[in-house]
Amino acid sequence: MNHAKKAASFIANEARTDWHDQALWFVREKRDRAAHAIPEWEALRELASQIKAHTLSNLDIYLEQFEKQALKNGAHVHWAIDAEEHNHIVHRILQKHQVRHVVKSKSMLTEECHLNPFLEQQGIEVIDTDLGERIIQLREEPPSHIVLPAIHLKKEDVGALFHEKLNSEKGATDPKYLTEAARQHLRSKFLNAQAAITGVNFAVAETGSLVVCTNEGNADMGVHLAPVQIHCMGLEKIIPRQADLGVFTRLLARSATGQPITVYTSHHQQAKVGGEMYIVIVDNGRSEHLGRADFRNALKCIRCGACMNTCPVYRRSGGHSYGSTIPGPIGSILAPGLDLEQNSDLPFASTLCGSCSDVCPVKIDIHEQLYRWRQVIAQEGHLTRVKKWSMATAGKVLASPGPYDFTGKMARTALNLLPRFALYNGLNEWGKERELPQVPKERFREWYKRVRGVGNE
Amino acid sequence: MSRDKILTAIRKNKPEAQAPPELPDFRRADVDLEKIFREMVVAMGGKFLQLTEKQPIETLIAEHFPNEINIASAMPGLPGSINLTKIRYPAQLEGVGLAILPAQFGVAENGAVWLTETDCGHRALPFIAQHLVVVLKKENLVQNMHEAYQRIRLDGMGFGAFIAGPSKTADIEQSLVIGAQGARSLTVMLY
Ligand code: SF4
Repeated sequence: MNHAKKAASFIANEARTDWHDQALWFVREKRDRAAHAIPEWEALRELASQIKAHTLSNLDIYLEQFEKQALKNGAHVHWAIDAEEHNHIVHRILQKHQVRHVVKSKSMLTEECHLNPFLEQQGIEVIDTDLGERIIQLREEPPSHIVLPAIHLKKEDVGALFHEKLNSEKGATDPKYLTEAARQHLRSKFLNAQAAITGVNFAVAETGSLVVCTNEGNADMGVHLAPVQIHCMGLEKIIPRQADLGVFTRLLARSATGQPITVYTSHHQQAKVGGEMYIVIVDNGRSEHLGRADFRNALKCIRCGACMNTCPVYRRSGGHSYGSTIPGPIGSILAPGLDLEQNSDLPFASTLCGSCSDVCPVKIDIHEQLYRWRQVIAQEGHLTRVKKWSMATAGKVLASPGPYDFTGKMARTALNLLPRFALYNGLNEWGKERELPQVPKERFREWYKRVRGVGNE
Repeated sequence: MSRDKILTAIRKNKPEAQAPPELPDFRRADVDLEKIFREMVVAMGGKFLQLTEKQPIETLIAEHFPNEINIASAMPGLPGSINLTKIRYPAQLEGVGLAILPAQFGVAENGAVWLTETDCGHRALPFIAQHLVVVLKKENLVQNMHEAYQRIRLDGMGFGAFIAGPSKTADIEQSLVIGAQGARSLTVMLY
């Protein structure tokens, strides 16, 4: 399904689109304030990026070291080559312990693997325990944001849903009341669960630690109450040393929500007394992605969501319009790697304004990768007719050296004109009902220079 | 075997080796640790209380939690009303109204405190209790997370967590609500 078409249905409700846009921009502003409060912010981003680059270049070594440490800590370690194997491994663990009731905290990986429907088919109850995730689970829809899963909903939606499913008062819309209703409901699930599944923010090779960050405390409630704990991680979650956590814990929450740290930053090394601890390391296309030199930086992602909050397209099209587990700018780089044909429109769901790359805490060159995917897609012939047409025109205008001197005043005029023309000519679906945000001239020039540089490689 | 397949693919596809960066600890001279810590505890939604000889823990607990009867304490010399040694299953902690726990140290830049399983007795306690009080010495404050991780040894430790403020969520329309799934309040007492 096409991104632009799905976005069109999202923006049909104008008031809601505006709210969505502003709510996310507000989060972006909080992120800015938090970042500016740290004088070494840029140095931290650079360190994080370098640690990740170093890790990716030694990924096999660190994965083996992590496994060795985890085994020493008494954990069981499993490896899954794809989503299917991951789901079967988890199911086998649950079967072994005769588990019928599972609680789960936020994990984009299990979302990616479609674990919930798989386990439900086997007759196992899976309860998502992050409030936002529980809301969308009850609505039987996927998350629309990786940090704020229910950001596409209003309190009236949640009130009606809870009235129907959790028996809360009819017409209640107070977030406090609704959160309390969910708390009571989830407490009973925590106490009843025989196993808890979590995602992983960081896996430390040096110590075999799994670090899980939440604000609600739901991951800890699950893991510490259930006898069996299962941590599912993409293989790119590895970081080499305990000391590296100092860099990442300073960046993650500030980038995600503007908090100086998440409320809970939990370090799991060993199972509780009488309990069992399992770790499932999942590939599902990641090792292949590592081989794509132009796109491998995307594996540095720590899933903070900052690129979504800042993206003018994401903010006004909603996460569901992307049709991939990870929406937004980073998702638009990862999804084509998994299925180029199906996701060939996603790298075009961007204005290439570069705001995503500016906020990314691990300095992924997101917008440049989007641009490179467009080239791959064009070469492989996955462009739709409309996109081909507008790209060809843009290409012609840009290719003629005569009228445009890219270093002079004319260039600014051309650049100011061109995106408008390309976007609002009625042929490009992105032009409909959207205005580009005002891009500072300085930034656009820099961007263009960079993109030209890439194109000339 | 998937393990070998994955590792083989990584070996084939990984980029040229890149050296790890040196990690500075970004510590600054002349920092009023106590002041920043206090401000950050409050900014994260916690309450900050100073312990003094005239205002010992017992007095402050009685003052701030006058109606609390189900108290679990892991503070040496401060018995609660719940006998933690009798707890066999973590779910038995569900009735805990207030947990009083010792923190090893606090982090000024974000108001977080470091709690370990060994100090708390039960991993679930800081999360399942309705309200949480943590107690720490003012000498045990560090500037930032780099310094924090210099003080920790994860190797050989079962479980440890940084906790900053009470449990919270903004999942309904971005409205901040305190008391999601974990403790409804966090009080930090410094002595
Ligand atoms: S790409 Fe960067 S900004 Fe986007 S979610 Fe990942 S780490 Fe955050």
